Amino acid sequence: MSVAIDTGLGLTVRGLTALFNTPRGMALAVADVDLDVAPGEMVGLVGESGSGKSVTLRSIMGLIQTPGHVTGKVEWGGRDLVAMPAEELRRIRGSEIAMIFQEPMTALNPVLPVGLQLEENLVAHTRLNARERRARALQLMNTVGIPAAERRLNEYPHQFSGGMRQRAMIAIALACSPKLLLADEPTTALDVTIQDQILKLLLDLRDRLAMSVVLVTHDLGVIAGTCDRMAVMYAGRIVEMGTVIDVFRQPRHPYTRGLLGSVPRAGAVRTMLSSIEGTPPSLTDLPAGCAFHPRCSFATDICRQERPPLLSLGNDRKAACFHHDRVAAAEAIL
Amino acid sequence: MNAVPIISVDGVSKQFGASYSLMRRLAGEPPLAVHALNNVSFEVHRGETLGIVGESGCGKSTLARCLVRLLDPDGGAIRFEGRDISTLRSAERRAFNKRVQMIFQDPYGSLNPRMTVSQVLNEALSVHRMRPKGDIPARITELLDLVRLPHDAASRYPHEFSGGQRQRIGIARALAVEPDVIVADELVSALDVSVQAQVINLLLRLQEELHLTLIFVAHDLRLVRHISHRVAVMYLGQIMEIGPSESLFASPRHPYSKALLDAAPELDPTQRSRVVAARGELPSPLDVPPGCPFASRCSHVFDRCRVERPALTKRASEHSAACHLVDFGAMPSALADAV
Ligand SMILES: Nc1ncnc2c1ncn2[C@@H]1O[C@H](COP(=O)(O)OP(=O)(O)OP(=O)(O)O)[C@@H](O)[C@H]1O
Ligand SMILES: Nc1ncnc2c1ncn2[C@@H]1O[C@H](COP(=O)(O)OP(=O)(O)OP(=O)(O)O)[C@@H](O)[C@H]1O
Ligand code: SF4
Ligand code: SF4
Ligand SMILES: [Mg+2]
Ligand SMILES: [Mg+2]
Repeated sequence: MSVAIDTGLGLTVRGLTALFNTPRGMALAVADVDLDVAPGEMVGLVGESGSGKSVTLRSIMGLIQTPGHVTGKVEWGGRDLVAMPAEELRRIRGSEIAMIFQEPMTALNPVLPVGLQLEENLVAHTRLNARERRARALQLMNTVGIPAAERRLNEYPHQFSGGMRQRAMIAIALACSPKLLLADEPTTALDVTIQDQILKLLLDLRDRLAMSVVLVTHDLGVIAGTCDRMAVMYAGRIVEMGTVIDVFRQPRHPYTRGLLGSVPRAGAVRTMLSSIEGTPPSLTDLPAGCAFHPRCSFATDICRQERPPLLSLGNDRKAACFHHDRVAAAEAIL
Repeated sequence: MNAVPIISVDGVSKQFGASYSLMRRLAGEPPLAVHALNNVSFEVHRGETLGIVGESGCGKSTLARCLVRLLDPDGGAIRFEGRDISTLRSAERRAFNKRVQMIFQDPYGSLNPRMTVSQVLNEALSVHRMRPKGDIPARITELLDLVRLPHDAASRYPHEFSGGQRQRIGIARALAVEPDVIVADELVSALDVSVQAQVINLLLRLQEELHLTLIFVAHDLRLVRHISHRVAVMYLGQIMEIGPSESLFASPRHPYSKALLDAAPELDPTQRSRVVAARGELPSPLDVPPGCPFASRCSHVFDRCRVERPALTKRASEHSAACHLVDFGAMPSALADAV
C-alpha cells in the first residue's frame, strides 16, 4: 500500500483550534495550539480535566465531529491532515498514525475476538495474506507482552484484565507499524504496577520502532518518567513548553509551578503542599486576559486585561506569561 | 505512642460469596469466595494518621467499611477504645456512629442533591443533638469556616459546587458531629491534582487543630505517604507491611512495598529507570495462592514462599512485614550500628 513517504520531519501542528457549539455558548476547547514532534521523540501533554488534551489528540487524528469544528494545520509527511479528504485520512489513520484511547473497553469491539480485531486492521492497511496476518498477530501479542498469545487471540475483550486490554489496544495500534502514536491517558485506569509496565513497554517500542509518541496524561510523574519534551495545557491553550528536564527544574508559568507543587514528593511527609487556589474556569465563560489570572499569585493588572502570548524563551522553551521572569526567579518549590 | 490504641483490629477476615455456578455444584466443589480481608491485624493510635495503600481489589474499601461497621467481619474483632464494636447496642452504637465518621469517595453520590448545604449540616447536627436549635446557624457558619467554604455556600445546592468544594461539604458534614476518628476512602482520588492538594492541606490542618485520628485509604502511594504518620501496605486482602511512613518508604522491608514505590511516578526526571518494578498481574482474588500472596510476581521468590504464608512479624519498633526474607531492605549491619 502507501509507499514509504518521507515522514522525516515528524509532526508539525500550527494554530490548531477546536470549537464546540454548546447550549451554553461557543466553547473554545483547543485554542491556537502549536506542537512539534520529531521522529522518535516522546512528547507529553499534561493539564487538568477539561483542559483540552483529548480534543487536541482527536483534532490531530481528524476525529472531531459536529457540533465540533477544527481549524489550523496538522502537517504530516508534507501533507495537511486537516485539509485532507476523509478517504485519504482514513487510510493514514490506523497505519501511519495510530491512537490508543483512555478506556480500552470503549475502543475495543466487545463482540469480536481480540485476534480478529487485530486482523481487521491488517486487512484494511496491508496486503498480507491470511497466514501472514495470523503470524503478524501472534508476533504483535508477544511484542506487547500478552502471554499464551495463541489462545488469547481467540478470546473476547471482557476475558482480558484491564492491563491486558490496554496491551491489546497497543497491539492493534502497532499492527501497521505506525510512525506516530497518539496515546490518550493509556494508563490512567490501571494499577500503578501495571501502569509502570505499560509505560516501559511504550518506551521500548518507541526505541525499537523509531516511533514518535504524544502521551497525554494528567500526572506529571508519568511525564517525568517517560517524556523528552512536554507541553502544559490550561483552558485549551498551551501555556508552557520545553524539555522535561528544563521545565521540572525551573517552571516559567505559574500554573506549571502550581502543578509541580501540588504533587507530594518523597521526603516531605506531612508538609503543606503549595496548592493552586480555586478551580479551572468554564470554557464558555473564560476570564478576560490571562485565563489563569483568578488563581494566579503572580498576577498584576495587565494579566486581567491582556492575554499573554506564548513566547519563545530560547533553548526550545516557551511560556505564555507576562511575568515568566519572576516565576523563574521565585524560590524553588521544595 | 504506647497508650491504649483508639482502634484495634484483631485477625479480621471478610469473604464475599461469588455466584455458586451449576458447574461447581455438579462437580461437588465448594462455592467460590473472594477473600477480601484475610486475618488483618493492626492498631490505630489516638491523633495519628494511618494510611492504607494498595492496588485495586486489595481490600482497602472493605476494611474501611468494617471499621465504621457498615460491614461486619466474618472473623476476628474490631475494638474501639477496647470495646468490640460488633457487641455495641442501641445508645452505644449511636455513640460509636457519631464518634467514628466515614467520608466517602464520591462527592456527588453521597450528598442529597435536593438539600442545601445548610440543610445537610443541620441534619447531621440535629440527628446527634450536637447543639441547641438556636445555636445551629452559628455552628454551620463555624463549620463552613473550618473547611474554608464561603458563608453564602450555606444556601446553595451540591450541584452548584466544584468537585473539591463538594468534598469540603462532605468533610464539614463529618466534622459537624465532632468525631474522634475520620475514615476517608479515596477522598481525593476523583479530583484534579491542584484541587487534591487543597483538600490534603485542609486535612493536615484540621487534624492538628481538632486532634483527629485519621484513617486515610487510597491507592496513590504519593498521597498516602505524604499525609500519614504510619502506613499499612495491603495486597490481596492482607497487610504486607506496616510502619512509620518515612522509614517504610525510605527502606521498605517487603518486596511488594518496594515494587509499589518503584512504580509510583515520582517528579524527578533525572531519576529514570527502564526496569519494570513488578512483573505479571494481580492474581484473581477468587484464587489466592496458598503461600505468599505476592509469590507469583516477586523477583525474590524461593521455594518456601509458594507453600508457607509468611506472617506479619516485627522488623523494628513499630515496623512489621510479612515476608520470609526477614532481612529484606534492612540496612547492612555496619551501617545500622553507625546510626
Ligand atoms: N463533543 C463535545 N461537545 C462539546 N464540548 C466538548 C465535546 N468534547 C469535548 N468538549 C469540551 O472540550 C473541553 C476539553 O475536553 P477534553 O476532553 O479535551 O479535556 P481533557 O483535557 O482531555 O480532560 P480529561 O483529563 O478530563 O480527559 C471540555 O471542556 C469538554 O467539555
Ligand atoms: N459486596 C461485594 N460483593 C462481592 N465481592 C466484593 C464486594 N465488595 C468487595 N468485593 C470484592 O472484594 C475484594 C476487595 O474489594 P475492595 O473494594 O475492598 O477493594 P479496594 O482495595 O477498595 O479496591 P479499589 O482500589 O478498586 O477501590 C475485591 O476482589 C472485590 O471484588
Ligand atoms: S500572565 Fe499573569 S495571570 Fe497569567 S500566569 Fe502569568 S502572572 Fe499569572
Ligand atoms: S515471602 Fe517470598 S514471595 Fe513473598 S514477598 Fe517475601 S520473598 Fe517474595
Ligand atoms: Mg481526556
Ligand atoms: Mg476501594
